[in-house]
Amino acid sequence: MEKPFAITLNPGSSLANHTGSWRTVRPEYVSRLPPCNAACPAGENIQGWLFHAESGDYEQAWRALTENNPLPAIMGRVCYHPCENGCNRQYVDASVGINSVERFLGDEAIKRGWKFATQAPISGKRVLVVGSGPAGLSAAYHLTRLGHQAVIYEAAELAGGMMRFGIPKYRLPREVLDAEIQRLVDFGVELHLQTKVTNILDTLKKGFDAVFLGVGAHIAKRAYIPAGDANKVLDAVSVLHNMEDASAPMLGRKVVVYGGGNTAIDVARTAKRLGAEEAIIVYRRTRDKMPAHDFEVEEALQEGISIKWLSTIKEAGESDIMIEKMALDENGFPQPTGEFERIEADSVVLALGQDTDLSLLDNVPGLIVDKGLIQVDKGMMTGHPGVFAGGDMANNERTVTVAVGHGKKAARAIDAWLRGETYAPPPKHEIATFERMNPWYYSDAPKTMRPVLDIIRRQSTFDEVLGGLDESNAQFEARRCMSCGNCFECDNCYGVCPDNAVIKLGPGKGFKFNYDYCKGCGMCVAECPCGAIRTVPEEN
Amino acid sequence: MSFQPVKFYQTGTFTVGNRLLPPEERSVQASGKRFNSINSGHRACQGCGEALGARYAIDAAMEATDSQLIAANATGCLEVFSTPYPETSWQIPWIHSLFGNAAAVATGIAAAMKVKRAKGKVGDVRVVAQGGDGGTTDIGFGCLSGMFERNDDVLYICYDNGGYMNTGVQRSSATPAAARTATTPAVGHDPGNVFGQGKFLPAIAMAHDIPYVATATVADLRDLEAKVRRAMEFRGARYIHILVPCPLGWGTPSHDTIKMARLAKETGIFPVFEAEHGEVKSVLAIRRPLPVEEYLRPQKRFAHLFGKSPAVATIARIQALADKNIRKYRLQARQESH
Amino acid sequence: MLKQMEGSRAVAEAIALCRPEVICAYPISPQTHIVEALGEMVKEETLTECEFINVESEFAAMSVAIGSSAGGARSYTATASQGLLFMVEAVYNASGLGLPIVMTVANRAIGAPINIWNDHSDSLSQRDCGWIQLFAETNQEALDLHIQAFKLAEELSMPVMVCMDGFILTHAYERVDMPTQAQVDAFLPPYEPRQVLDTNEPVSIGAMVGPEAFMEVRYLAHAKQLQALERIPQLATEFQTVFGRESGGLIHTYQTEDAETIVIAMGSVLGTIKDTVDVMREAGHKIGVLGITSYRPFPLTAVAAALKNCKRFVVLEKSLAVGIGGIVATDVRMAVTGMGLKGFTVVAGLGGRAITMKSLKALFEKAMREELELVTFLDLDWKAVNKQLDREKAHRRSGPVAEALLRDVGVVGARNY
Repeated sequence: MEKPFAITLNPGSSLANHTGSWRTVRPEYVSRLPPCNAACPAGENIQGWLFHAESGDYEQAWRALTENNPLPAIMGRVCYHPCENGCNRQYVDASVGINSVERFLGDEAIKRGWKFATQAPISGKRVLVVGSGPAGLSAAYHLTRLGHQAVIYEAAELAGGMMRFGIPKYRLPREVLDAEIQRLVDFGVELHLQTKVTNILDTLKKGFDAVFLGVGAHIAKRAYIPAGDANKVLDAVSVLHNMEDASAPMLGRKVVVYGGGNTAIDVARTAKRLGAEEAIIVYRRTRDKMPAHDFEVEEALQEGISIKWLSTIKEAGESDIMIEKMALDENGFPQPTGEFERIEADSVVLALGQDTDLSLLDNVPGLIVDKGLIQVDKGMMTGHPGVFAGGDMANNERTVTVAVGHGKKAARAIDAWLRGETYAPPPKHEIATFERMNPWYYSDAPKTMRPVLDIIRRQSTFDEVLGGLDESNAQFEARRCMSCGNCFECDNCYGVCPDNAVIKLGPGKGFKFNYDYCKGCGMCVAECPCGAIRTVPEEN
Repeated sequence: MSFQPVKFYQTGTFTVGNRLLPPEERSVQASGKRFNSINSGHRACQGCGEALGARYAIDAAMEATDSQLIAANATGCLEVFSTPYPETSWQIPWIHSLFGNAAAVATGIAAAMKVKRAKGKVGDVRVVAQGGDGGTTDIGFGCLSGMFERNDDVLYICYDNGGYMNTGVQRSSATPAAARTATTPAVGHDPGNVFGQGKFLPAIAMAHDIPYVATATVADLRDLEAKVRRAMEFRGARYIHILVPCPLGWGTPSHDTIKMARLAKETGIFPVFEAEHGEVKSVLAIRRPLPVEEYLRPQKRFAHLFGKSPAVATIARIQALADKNIRKYRLQARQESH
Repeated sequence: MLKQMEGSRAVAEAIALCRPEVICAYPISPQTHIVEALGEMVKEETLTECEFINVESEFAAMSVAIGSSAGGARSYTATASQGLLFMVEAVYNASGLGLPIVMTVANRAIGAPINIWNDHSDSLSQRDCGWIQLFAETNQEALDLHIQAFKLAEELSMPVMVCMDGFILTHAYERVDMPTQAQVDAFLPPYEPRQVLDTNEPVSIGAMVGPEAFMEVRYLAHAKQLQALERIPQLATEFQTVFGRESGGLIHTYQTEDAETIVIAMGSVLGTIKDTVDVMREAGHKIGVLGITSYRPFPLTAVAAALKNCKRFVVLEKSLAVGIGGIVATDVRMAVTGMGLKGFTVVAGLGGRAITMKSLKALFEKAMREELELVTFLDLDWKAVNKQLDREKAHRRSGPVAEALLRDVGVVGARNY
């Protein structure tokens, strides 16, 4: 077409006009740390694996998950999910049921027989791992991923540490535990049972380049309670451990558990399942001070466990115990009142905490032990070079999740140490706080509740109390994730730019800005649902 | 509801795109191959709602017509920022004639296309006319009404930003009550635009009994696209009135353009609905009900309502207008199902 | 084929033969009969492949034509007087965009006072709008000029106004030679737009042009009119080849070869002037006539050539440039710059005032004696004018002028004039 001068123009020719020069601030894509990830002691990239679950690619989700944690089926049951406490969705309706999706993925992996795949070339290094609890299994797994030969020495006849000997079956079915351990063995982890290490330095000399200690805390703390000969005073560690033996402990009709932690709850609920008519927890403070998790207390109460608050056991008689009432002083500490009560009890189980058996570390130079805990640096290395430690023996939190996190951290540090380097974790992104997000865009979707076993079966069997999600509701739950601080390719930036200055790179590749035309209006930043774009001042 | 909302796919149909949706359910704007009918390099202000609304609407119309589309444009911001010699941003056949005649020019184009199609020279080429609220509700109203009553095969799209922004923010018959403009300054006893004046053109369009009338905002892309698509299913005169916030005229930050449109809809200030042959067929219900104050307060054109002693009575009058919309168009918030 | 018919009907039939594709119609006297006839032809399907649109105003009429022309359709409309003024913004726009619309202007006075009768005030008010303006002397020429207009407009991509005197031509029944479809088709090829709204080749038409190119755009419009100046006589020749008669061109001369006095005019009044000249020639006066067909572009060279042997000229025009006098006369004076001719301006026939041979004869004789004022108002009722002027001097509130004058001249209503 021979066009008239000036009044008729060629289509789209405004591309010659680079409006980017108008800009005083520029948008930039960022990845912010989702609060769930920030809260996860195991360092899981939760948002990252939920991303795959959202589209139904569960295997990819499981693979993303297991980059950090090799035990999702276990963790999906026993983790106290601090991630959910951090979840930004709680400010919209309720936190995403991350834990339930994790369990779904873990169970799916067992059902489908998914295996780990190695990535790194074989290094030829052998690393000893002492103990097959969560810390040890995690360390062994990550060492294997990094190309090293992990060799676990486990003193007990079965692997799993406290996951087997501390957590009751109704919370963690043993076939789940066995499956996840077997997968690690299939992955190449050498597992030697009934192999107790008595002197670590001697054992190290048998061809190991480094060692990770994850021996746990299996020694029950005791409290002095005057007791008659006939009265049974037991400790929680032994009771729960014996549950795994052929002979279940004889606790009697009326069982008193002394303590306020999760272990106390576990023992009381176990006693109930063993046939006790009454299981009573005696705790010296109030419910809000109780270290046990609220939901576990709630489940225990549902199952008929009773709790004596503000009480201490003064003495244990033949068929009863004497309790002294306490009162909180102005600082919130319980003080004796001089008021006493007797309650019937066939046995008393002490659940007052555990200590670690550190005898294998005798004579190791450089080690520092403080209040029963072995002291480690940021890379989980003890004062003795090449000796690393984690799990219950190195911290007071004593959860499976923390232990798994320790194992991972230590494995990375060991890998660096073996190469004569020091492991430097990548810098942490700033937290994706709720204020940085635009929650308008998320569909209204309340949390999916997991099915709960009915009360009668809970009082009489060790069947798992909490059920899992099926595929449809696991996906629903995954899709409740708001992908805080991380692009989930919603196309909002691409769509809302009045200047077409966002380039779509294709599935999985995200977007980039075309700064030739971006005027810096900031609409993409304001309308990004998940806060994955920020504005920075233009320099010139 | 103008379209079938996706119940729950993380963001459902709230976001522009959603990787979890099957491709056929995705928006035009989410496509990497969208037309960008109005290209980069246009000279609209930062955060321009009209530039955005125009691309949303015209891209959707291009999709619906298989790119057989011609546009006539009234004088105004959209025309000025898109086609200053020697560059144009339009990638579709486009003509600008005058301020007040876009609807008539479009009628002419449609007539030309009808004849040429009968002669086998062109395919089924469709026509849109577009303009701002001044070019539509004021100076272009005669031609628009003529196009409506003749039921010419034209989709007219009004990008309503509530005033003559191109000439420096003067009042139009679409300027809301109490809003400050250059010709309704915030001085005197009743600062800002007078209550009881102005017109709501969608209702007037409906009174012409034309096949399709709809309102939309730049905050509800899916709804907007569905309405353009629906409009293109009809022959005859059709009208879509799109609320496009103007950072300059409203006195809002450039990044809040979509937010302002959302607030206009959520407060009931701007009813979002569609009508066929003069009858309302569906409304976009309010999702998170809000008082009008939430909409008014961020805008400098209403700043005089929020001085040392807030103009409570005036705000209440505006709330009453919003409440009336909510009653009249049944915009009450609905429980989002999932 | 020779036919006896109304001028409007003749024009309508000629338009139909041009195969228009879009016709916009809005009623205003005295053009109404043209579009009425066309509307009937479309409705009864004797004119096919044509959209006939009843618009809501002249502004819309021109705007629809702009759209249809830009859409690549041969587009036509007609108007007059107030209607032309109401569409002015679009009139300028059509030429600015270079759209080859053809429009009939059935010339009529502009109010106030409102007046439906003929003069040239309407189209002459648009002398600078960028349209080509062709003035018809007879119904035959009106018919022929429309056929030429489409060809001219489309070749140059410029709109053309064909001006014909309202009522005097539009409503007059005369014998016309109506061409055949084959003749028109042989002369006028199908419309091939220079620019078009085409989905296969999208362009933006109607850009905003700033100081950097605006003057050039305006000059190019001027250059096109200069091209038209060359093309109009050629088209007349081509027309003659196909249709066998002379029609169109820039100017028509009558008895000018030896004329000492030449009367210049446009439109149907040329007939009366020629009759008067015939009478005066018989009496031995060396007087001739120059009819201007192409008012825009104005044929400066042709006019100068036609006047080169005369001593004086009289421009008789049906228009008044209030405050100076003539409109056409100003252009003629520019054409004869440096030729040392005496020129007189005569304003005549405003608002349908009859121009009689008697008055013309007296006028021309006075002109030949060079006794005319520089600007003369033919047959002005000085008594009535002076009375009103006196009244206004005497009273601040002297009342409405038109009504007072009607009283003074002793008519009850305008129709009785």
